[in-house]
Amino acid sequence: MTKEHIDIDHIAALCRIALTDEERKTFSQQLDTMIAYLDQLKTVDIGDCEPMVQALDLHNVLRADEGEVSFPVEVALMNAPEKKNNQILVPRIVE
Amino acid sequence: METLCFESVENLSQMLAEKAISSVELTEMFIGRIKNIDPKVQAFLYLDEERSLRLARASDERRAKGQTLSPIDGIAVGMKDLIAEEGQTLTCGSKILEHYISPYDATVTQRLLGKGAVLLGRLNLDEFAMGSSTETSAYQKTHNPWNLEYVPGGSSGGSAAAVCSGEVPLSLGSDTGGSIRQPAACCGIAGLKPTYGLVSRYGLSALASSLDQIGPFARNVADLSMLLEIIAGHDERDSTSCNVTIPPYRALLKNTQQPRRIGVPREYFSEGIDGEVRQAVFEAIEFFRAQGHRIVDISLPHTPYAIPVYYVVMTAEASSNLARYDGIRYSHRSREATDAMDIYFKSRAEGFGSEVKRRIMLGTYVLSSDHHDAYYVRAQKVRTRIREDFMKAFREADVILAPTAPTTAFKFGEKLNDPLKMYMSDVCTVSTNLAGLPALSIPCGFSKAKMPIGLQFIGKDFHEHEILSIAYQFEKAHDFIHQFPPIN
Repeated sequence: MTKEHIDIDHIAALCRIALTDEERKTFSQQLDTMIAYLDQLKTVDIGDCEPMVQALDLHNVLRADEGEVSFPVEVALMNAPEKKNNQILVPRIVE
Repeated sequence: METLCFESVENLSQMLAEKAISSVELTEMFIGRIKNIDPKVQAFLYLDEERSLRLARASDERRAKGQTLSPIDGIAVGMKDLIAEEGQTLTCGSKILEHYISPYDATVTQRLLGKGAVLLGRLNLDEFAMGSSTETSAYQKTHNPWNLEYVPGGSSGGSAAAVCSGEVPLSLGSDTGGSIRQPAACCGIAGLKPTYGLVSRYGLSALASSLDQIGPFARNVADLSMLLEIIAGHDERDSTSCNVTIPPYRALLKNTQQPRRIGVPREYFSEGIDGEVRQAVFEAIEFFRAQGHRIVDISLPHTPYAIPVYYVVMTAEASSNLARYDGIRYSHRSREATDAMDIYFKSRAEGFGSEVKRRIMLGTYVLSSDHHDAYYVRAQKVRTRIREDFMKAFREADVILAPTAPTTAFKFGEKLNDPLKMYMSDVCTVSTNLAGLPALSIPCGFSKAKMPIGLQFIGKDFHEHEILSIAYQFEKAHDFIHQFPPIN
């Protein structure tokens, strides 16, 4: 029987996480084991039941669409890794 | 003076009211205790002495003017480093947030400050609350005060160990799959996960948004009730917060106990449950029977699927929630990165630990287009079945009684490299998060190795008062709250 293996590079790319060769190996094995464990869900008789998104019967809870006082710029930026002229500094993304 | 460190909040509050002690003296005592024993326990990531004493002085001034705000005015509280306090660290136990400072208070923080609590500092946890032993913290290993060679449980291991060791009488943690109840069990204290929606999640760093709840730790049920009363209640800033009336939990404890139907789910006593744990829980069942309650044998047939459902739903939500740590607006930015895409890949590679990477990848896998229906949607459907099981059981039972954790605390390294083995630590707790129900843990015995055993009570939606009062009845008839860990 052939066992399906996780495409670790594809998943890591989707996650935006760079992996070392060591991590590729360990995580591939561990994720294969975990997915095989999750496969037992395929044996449950789910009939026509609805998927549950959350436990409560809450729908579209929205606040009034009114402006509120928020952080001053310097507070909003205080955790930015790099900043300049009251803006977050990032590498050039458009040539 | 340190003799007061294990005193109940009820008594401390009384002493403050009688002016037998001041909040400054009390706070200095707890700070001294932390300095004395935390090098061994390592529950605190950060202790803010200056602010603590400032809050304590303000409390004493209010009291002098007769303007005391609540029974916890002047009482020290510790916070899991996943709950925002303005101007304090919010590492989430991760290197990726090593230098992050909260720009605002969580709603629970505001409520505590509004009632005069003295916030002491930040407590250790598994990285982003992912773990059952607090070993995945990027900063330090918290030790179980009952035996320093053992883990305190997790993920709120710092919050549990600090209360257990008398470093602080109250603390807050968060529970996504057992992260309050399991460490409470491992440390022999009381911990409660509220009904989903009872306590605002505003300012709680999200792990899995449909499962996360903030909840209290204390050394006894009365103190636990008092803290819950303060943090519970509707909050417009959390769209999943429920607008329900908050009962006076503490006052209700002392009501005469009507006979209850106590459901015992047979699936929670399978071979995976340690013999000593099973025995202690059986003795608790006999206690309740002798008190005139009716013990009902119930079945929650989808229990064996709770862990797989949980690891699909939780990792899916976590992979989405943790996408925000991109190294752009806040969080660690790699120095090696050359372009924007490189910032994401390298910052996340450097900032996250193994368990976090593993869960983000698993969550991404179950959400990816090829596997979405087979894993994610299917798990959501089985989740419906798990809640239906409970709804059926609650037709025959008023509360459900079960072990909190399958074993007592384990040793460092015992499960760290075997993710599935670690995940089984939550086998008795995850179902209630999936179903949204309230549940609490109190101590009900000790193993031969003198490690605490936890007893879990699960209630109907928003019936915290019911599980608290029945737990209180057990606590009053036993001596566990007067047993303290051998740490000095």
